[in-house]
Amino acid sequence: MAAAAEEKELVLLDFWVSPFGQRCRIAMAEKGLEFEYREEDLGNKSDLLLRSNPVHKKIPVLLHAGRPVCESLIILQYLDDAFPDTPHLLPPANSSSDAAYARARARFWADYVDKKLYDCGSRLWRLKGEPQAAARREMVEILRTLEAELGDGEFFGGGEGGRLGFVDVALVPFTAWFYSYERCGGFSVEEVAPKLAAWARRCGQIDSVAKHLPSPEKVYDFIAVLKKKYGVE
Amino acid sequence: MAGSGELKLLGVWSSPYAIRVRVVLNLKSLPYEYVEENLGDKSDLLLASNPVYKSVPVLLHGGRPVNESQVIVQYIDEVWPGGAGGRPSVMPSDPYERAVARFWAAYVDDKVRPAWLAILFGSKTEEERAVAVAQAVAALETLEGAFGECSKGKPFFGGDGVGFVDVVLGGYLGWFTAIDKLIGRRLIDPARTPALAAWEERFRATDAAKGVVPDDADKLLEFRQTLLGWSASKAK
Repeated sequence: MAAAAEEKELVLLDFWVSPFGQRCRIAMAEKGLEFEYREEDLGNKSDLLLRSNPVHKKIPVLLHAGRPVCESLIILQYLDDAFPDTPHLLPPANSSSDAAYARARARFWADYVDKKLYDCGSRLWRLKGEPQAAARREMVEILRTLEAELGDGEFFGGGEGGRLGFVDVALVPFTAWFYSYERCGGFSVEEVAPKLAAWARRCGQIDSVAKHLPSPEKVYDFIAVLKKKYGVE
Repeated sequence: MAGSGELKLLGVWSSPYAIRVRVVLNLKSLPYEYVEENLGDKSDLLLASNPVYKSVPVLLHGGRPVNESQVIVQYIDEVWPGGAGGRPSVMPSDPYERAVARFWAAYVDDKVRPAWLAILFGSKTEEERAVAVAQAVAALETLEGAFGECSKGKPFFGGDGVGFVDVVLGGYLGWFTAIDKLIGRRLIDPARTPALAAWEERFRATDAAKGVVPDDADKLLEFRQTLLGWSASKAK
């Protein structure tokens, strides 16, 4: 029943393939937080979604004891702030400039993922000819830039005890889209960014990630449906 | 102990993003060296400090660069938190209120920024400009509602004092003055968005904003021509 669900501690309004929603699922799993997952029909959005995010009407929305938090990276930071006794994603703030610097760096790179990846990926599958080629070049650049930031690290860092951190959680859902980017763009992530590809495989071994990401094939099928819907050849 | 090492800010006097950082540095009474960048001839320091975007503002703290204005503001707030000696906080302390502040700050840059860019730099026709103005006004009307929600009857989005959303939106006020002159009417129209109009006056009057939020529309419009020239030569 709607009323009982709203009283539950954590409810996530989401859509199965959304990388932004997956960030929240993985974050809560990493933190050991129980939550109720609610699949939204984006063609027929629930009253709860429309009430909870009247400004954007988008998923994901996290409801915590009925109060909505919107925007995936804001949700991630909220989870750190509201549940301080759970494994942190960002290094905890302690007014040392080193901690603040690590947090700033993590926020910068998560923001970079937000600014660049989804949009460029969409252009890769939606466009043809030169615009698609341009999107491919851009995607390769983005992946190489991210790889440079990863360096020789196991993860992007900052997470509790060497676990997934803020940037890892922000980026990892897009690894399910790598296969689609490769197919649409005609390139190989392994070739252009082998360390990033290795990071993606490493993340895939982690329970919270394995549990909450769709298979790359499912994502590709989803894109095929979208392509048909938008009349892309 | 709050961070050791000197503060240096690479900025442009008209940049909403640099302005918001300067307001916060002023709020915290932090001394810093300000470097005015020439966007037509970016310094090596800027290019080395922000290789990804090559843009201002960049805050260098003890030589280490912090980029992206909203990230910089939160960095400053964390290294020099509110409390000690009456120093104000920029971010709310309550986790939920913090999420709300971040939401509206993201909204400002998500909706106001593209409209602002289009009005001043992107529009090629009067129609395009009119569309962009309408988008800006619509965003400001939503922010009028947000102001009520966030301020709860107090003078600022942050409550009694200037907070995160105040500085994020406040950074645009200089250019809004120039836009008002350009289009012959006020973007923050007291008839449509009275709370924001009153907020603008209060914000501009704060010590933190004085001297960093421009108010000379002519100077800004003149500078706009320079900026247009720089991007045209870049496009060649």
